Amino acid sequence: MKKKIIVIIMCMLFLGCISEGNKAKTISIAGSTTVQPISDGLAEAFMKKYDISVTIQGGGSGTGIKMVGEGTIDIGASSREIKEGEKEKYNLKIYPIAIDGLAIIVHPSNKIENLGMEQLKKIFSGEITNWKELGGEDKEIVLVVRAEGSGTRDFFEKKIMGDVSLSRKAMQKPSNGAVKATVAGNENAIGYIGAGYIDDYVKAVRIEEVYPDPENIRSGKYELSRKLYYITKKESEDVKKFMDFVLSDEGQDIVETLGFIRIG
Amino acid sequence: MKTEKIVEKILLIFALSATLVIFLIIIFLFKEGLPILKKEGLGFILGKIWNPGKEIYGALTFIAGSLSVTFLALLIAVPLGVSCALFLAEIAPKRAESLFRPVIELLAGIPSVVYGMFGLIVIVRFIKVSFDIPTGETVLACSIVLAVMILPIIISVSEDAIKSVPRIYKEGSFALGATHWQTMKRVILPTASSGITASIILAMGRAIGETMAVVLVLGNVEMIPKSILNPAEALTSVILLEMGEASVGGSHYEALFAVGIILFIIVMILNIISMKIGVRKK
Amino acid sequence: MKNKYVYALLWASTIVTAMILIFILGFVVLKGSSALSVEFLIDIPRRGGEAGGIFPAILGTFYLVIIALVVAVPLGVGGALYLVEFQKENIITKIIRFGADTLNAVPSIIFGLFGFAFLVYYLKLGVCILSGGVTLAFMVLPTILRTSEEALRAVPGWDKEGSYALGATKLQTIKNIVLPQSLSGIITGIVLSIGRAAGETAPIIFTAAILNPVLPESVFDPTMSLPSHLYTLVSESTPEKLVNAYGTALVLIILVLITTYSAMLFRKYFTRHVRR
Repeated sequence: MKKKIIVIIMCMLFLGCISEGNKAKTISIAGSTTVQPISDGLAEAFMKKYDISVTIQGGGSGTGIKMVGEGTIDIGASSREIKEGEKEKYNLKIYPIAIDGLAIIVHPSNKIENLGMEQLKKIFSGEITNWKELGGEDKEIVLVVRAEGSGTRDFFEKKIMGDVSLSRKAMQKPSNGAVKATVAGNENAIGYIGAGYIDDYVKAVRIEEVYPDPENIRSGKYELSRKLYYITKKESEDVKKFMDFVLSDEGQDIVETLGFIRIG
Repeated sequence: MKTEKIVEKILLIFALSATLVIFLIIIFLFKEGLPILKKEGLGFILGKIWNPGKEIYGALTFIAGSLSVTFLALLIAVPLGVSCALFLAEIAPKRAESLFRPVIELLAGIPSVVYGMFGLIVIVRFIKVSFDIPTGETVLACSIVLAVMILPIIISVSEDAIKSVPRIYKEGSFALGATHWQTMKRVILPTASSGITASIILAMGRAIGETMAVVLVLGNVEMIPKSILNPAEALTSVILLEMGEASVGGSHYEALFAVGIILFIIVMILNIISMKIGVRKK
Repeated sequence: MKNKYVYALLWASTIVTAMILIFILGFVVLKGSSALSVEFLIDIPRRGGEAGGIFPAILGTFYLVIIALVVAVPLGVGGALYLVEFQKENIITKIIRFGADTLNAVPSIIFGLFGFAFLVYYLKLGVCILSGGVTLAFMVLPTILRTSEEALRAVPGWDKEGSYALGATKLQTIKNIVLPQSLSGIITGIVLSIGRAAGETAPIIFTAAILNPVLPESVFDPTMSLPSHLYTLVSESTPEKLVNAYGTALVLIILVLITTYSAMLFRKYFTRHVRR
């Protein structure tokens, strides 16, 4: 008797497994954690309007680009520009969907208010190692960065570091949220996050006397601004619908409520 | 009779499934990772620089990170664990032992993320404040967390080893006038030493293979730690942190699989050693 | 060295170990109980996990464990049956055991790597419950094989011989004598594996996990899960997320408590039942 029940349950599970009725109506997004809150907000609103599921994975911009290029994901989210090699290899459609600033954050108790680009370079290359060299306390600077593959890291290294290598003493974290949490918990820390992640638990410093608020980012006054992208390859009807939604007024309103800047 | 033969053949395939999976794992690991190992040669293991952007892959930093936290964890957990095992096997009143067994099983069952959470929130903070250092994410913090995680293995396997010391040995020792401690020191522990060593080797394998607790607590800094109050990065962490990015088939992808190979080989060697030691009878 | 000093030392070691467990459990229970409520268990996460509940994660873990068991239990119990009932110790059994012992030692991240390369990419299953569940199945297979073998071997020979003497075939004996008597032992192993499969992060983080609360509709969909959600909340901890992290950890710990305790009960029943 027990055996019969087990067999019946297994058949049901098997049938459940092979039922692919709803599979067609799912859109998958993967990639940048900077873009993730936007994807989250857009997905939630989109799913209320349409009977299409939107799933979101992380992994960083590199993951997003790779996965959409290889067809394992519908939409790749990226916080950096597509490299030439990637463009050639995969033949991708690129949609800027928002503008974001790269904010440099420190602990709220840190007295530093402003940093120059040269200073930034020296701090993150390990040339400047102590806060007292910047007029702060006599404490060792703790660098918090993103792991390889992060679009945010890529942008940071291009725009700020240039040819200078990042200090190997930097602590690597898997997401914007993790960098923020680490800096929020350590008075000696400095790190970088997308400006959309700034909250009361960290303090964003002015760069060359310009604060990363939406106005300054939109106007370009804040130097460290970048576009955020959705990347597609083969677009199903559902993906087209989603992309239209993202770029519509409603979608862009959501982008703004989340603390980013609308495109266009 | 015929059905029996068919069933037997099916069950044989089922039984071989584990072996099949291991072969698949080895095949996939080596298929992806071997090219890079061949290209970089010994430089992969001895090289200190890991720079996927410039396609330079040297894993020494991570090997050092993994080994240092493992050794320190053993240093903490082995004395503590073997003492507990001695206690349970030799001194504990009946009631205490049945009370303590669930403790070990529970410690063993707690998921590694939970240990990582505890380590990050409590131990990392504690170390940062106590030692007044820039960050608490250090070799020390990670070793403490790993030590707690490997305690159950050391305790249970050592306890088995101590318990299987023949009574005659103990009684002979007592008959000669030795105290309990002298008996433990001169008779029990030496006799059980191969089992205890096996427990240490098993614990080592577990510690080196641990991912989640380590990535949350070690700091992920690509430098060989100069002291236990420095952060570091482990073999398991680099795979976890960078796997998402690497394009399938690219050199970064291959390099991460190569790291997997190193990890796999280390753990397999430890596993084989512990099996050999465990098999050897006293 | 005087006996009593040594005794004191050993007592102390044991108490310290017990204290460690009590501390960790107490910490999670205390901090997590404020987060735990019916809403927490039923609601979906909101604002990236800062508010809301963890229902999709609970459901996802449930599905992952089911798939893992569906794959691992037949393979493990069937394999154990083969070892005990159909084969004498020879080269084949050595190969089987070697495979199982080796698989048991593989680190969880290697399972994740393998699951990703083999299931997600090579077999083109993509990131989904099936990929994650099968990866977990590989991970718990050695445990189920080993505990089932122990349980099967403990069935007394004279019971089986009695059955044969009455004219039963091997299959009938297995069905009517061997399996029922070893059932509690086998279930012990399965229950322990549930706890392990539910708590592991590395095998599923590349093979099944997503970050937003979309409920999976079939095994070909990805899903949230308790351990991956906890990892996200902990690594990105703000005070709000931390509260939910404690709650998630508490749910996991309760699951482990239940499985560990049940396994102990089953084991007691099993030993009592067999040692007639």
